[in-house]
Amino acid sequence: MRWRNWGLQFLIVGAVLLALYGLATVVAAKMRGLGVEPGFGFLWQRAGFDIGDTQIAFDASHSYGRAFLVGLLNTVSVAAVAIVASLLLGGALGLGQLARNRLLARLCEAYVELFRNVPLLLQVLIVYVLLIGRLPLPHEAWSLGPDIWLSKSGLALPWPAFTDAGLILERPLLGRFTFSGGAMLTPEFLAVAAALTLFTAAYIAEVVRGSVQAVSQRQTEAALALGLNDMQTLRFVVVPQALRSMIPPLANQLLNLIKNSSLAVAVGYPDLVAVADTTLNQSGHAVECIAIIMAVYLTLSLITAALMGSWHGRLLRQQGGHA
Amino acid sequence: MKTALIAVVAIASALSFVPAHAGKTADAIRERGQLACGVSTGVAGFSAADSRGEWRGMDVDFCRALAAAVLKDPARVRWSPLTSQQRFTALQSGEIDILSRNTTWTLGRDAGQGLVYAGYMFIDGQGFLVHKRSGVSSAKQLNGAEICVQTGTTTEKNLAEFARAHHLKFKTLMFENLRAVLKAFFSGRCQAFTADASALASIRANDSGKPEGYVVLPDRISEEPLGPVVRRGDEDWFALVRWTLFALLEAEERGITQANVDEMRKSDDPAVQRLLGVSEDVGKPLGLDKEWVYRMLKAVGNYGELFERNVGPNSLLQLPRGINALPRDGGVMYSPPLR
Repeated sequence: MRWRNWGLQFLIVGAVLLALYGLATVVAAKMRGLGVEPGFGFLWQRAGFDIGDTQIAFDASHSYGRAFLVGLLNTVSVAAVAIVASLLLGGALGLGQLARNRLLARLCEAYVELFRNVPLLLQVLIVYVLLIGRLPLPHEAWSLGPDIWLSKSGLALPWPAFTDAGLILERPLLGRFTFSGGAMLTPEFLAVAAALTLFTAAYIAEVVRGSVQAVSQRQTEAALALGLNDMQTLRFVVVPQALRSMIPPLANQLLNLIKNSSLAVAVGYPDLVAVADTTLNQSGHAVECIAIIMAVYLTLSLITAALMGSWHGRLLRQQGGHA
Repeated sequence: MKTALIAVVAIASALSFVPAHAGKTADAIRERGQLACGVSTGVAGFSAADSRGEWRGMDVDFCRALAAAVLKDPARVRWSPLTSQQRFTALQSGEIDILSRNTTWTLGRDAGQGLVYAGYMFIDGQGFLVHKRSGVSSAKQLNGAEICVQTGTTTEKNLAEFARAHHLKFKTLMFENLRAVLKAFFSGRCQAFTADASALASIRANDSGKPEGYVVLPDRISEEPLGPVVRRGDEDWFALVRWTLFALLEAEERGITQANVDEMRKSDDPAVQRLLGVSEDVGKPLGLDKEWVYRMLKAVGNYGELFERNVGPNSLLQLPRGINALPRDGGVMYSPPLR
């Protein structure tokens, strides 16, 4: 029985791979017919364009491949920031909806309804237009602390840098046009991170609320009867049980967030899709660029799903229950 | 219906580049009593309909000059506004007699598509639009600046090459959508916006809301020569269009304007007399009469006047004459002798 099962799965995987290979062959033949040589060799060619916001050194003399890496790192960093922030905000909003304080609960509910029901693209654009519209010019930047400046150019921060004198804290300095040195969180990055956070937090809040409500009311009553206070009941009794049913839908929300980060292209944040678009326009390798985008998002999603899955599995083993 | 017609015409023209009136374009225009002129769907200064529906611009004036030469009436033009996808098909299929619409002259278009360029109407180039308050007067002063670019063209590449050549460092902000990039630039997110200079001038005039707050820098970091295009296979018509352009330049060279053209007919200068048809007949080899240049100048003026009126420093676009000046003023707008 078990072997038959394995054999069947093997056949299905084989058929899928064969279909993909067939598709690739047809596409490649079609491209050759149009006079385009298919393949990923172009990734080693000189890119010839600059990217404004990079985590690693990049200029026009670097390759298309490195441009993709820059885009990937930008996607990952904006998604990572938004994941942490949306979990915190979403968790707080979810519990807030269940608060005994009516005003707080209604406010949290209103937040969820508002942000869940406005298209994300619109939210990204609104946040971006507000940021670049309301922030001051670099020369009139707001000071948010020693060497921290907020302006249309973004949030300039001191950042450690290696120099001849060793590791020093590099301060942002105002040049003729904008700040240089230190680290700069651009309005594009801030807009995408903020909009992803605000949007996803609304969904996470619902997941948290649902999971907490799914824990039997009697558990809370029993905990209170034992003399635990509200916070203790939540922390030691309710949340650990809610986590079990919370993690799978939470993983879905994180996957959505990662994929939604491709909306960055609307406000000029150089994420993977933006870099791929430029590369596609310049090199003409449209099929390959789209294939790279697909492969990267698939990989990121599978990694996230695997991490969340293993956390879930560990939790179930610890608590000795069933999913 | 119109789309279907264009599709049929496109397929037919793709199968063979046989023009509708081979060698007889000028005859067909006379028979029809109208010049069919392909223009843009609206690029201020080059070809755009004004608030009363009247077509205005350099490319438009050129078609009026042609109509004045061939049909003796600058008003006898039928305008066909064309998108960049439609423009070549419309010309190949014979729907229009001439494409007078900011179209860059490149080898691929001049040789491979059954088309031929008649000359330079306007030499454009990639430039920079900046906020006036920044006090920047040259692109080389933009070191360290944040520069907005719209992706999807060679613009980013030209910018990167310019930066390397002059050892400048830019922070490039790439946007997919024109509205987004304009929003970012006008809100002050970036200090400069780079695109074709004529497009920048048009954006400054029409989209900024406050043209005097913005400046198009004089630097050009690429070349985009624009010019009128005709079908291959009718050398007579090609020559007529080409020499119409040259005659407008020659008139500027000789100082003949719309205002003084009547007075200039009395000039003793043999070159002026020849041009205005007072002495020799320079129209005959082109299949035109003696006074064709006189009529053109009377209708639209010389090349310099076309430039000044539509795109020059005192027009809405405020473009400097630059490379589009006559050779004596440091430009490349040269006319071979009209004799």
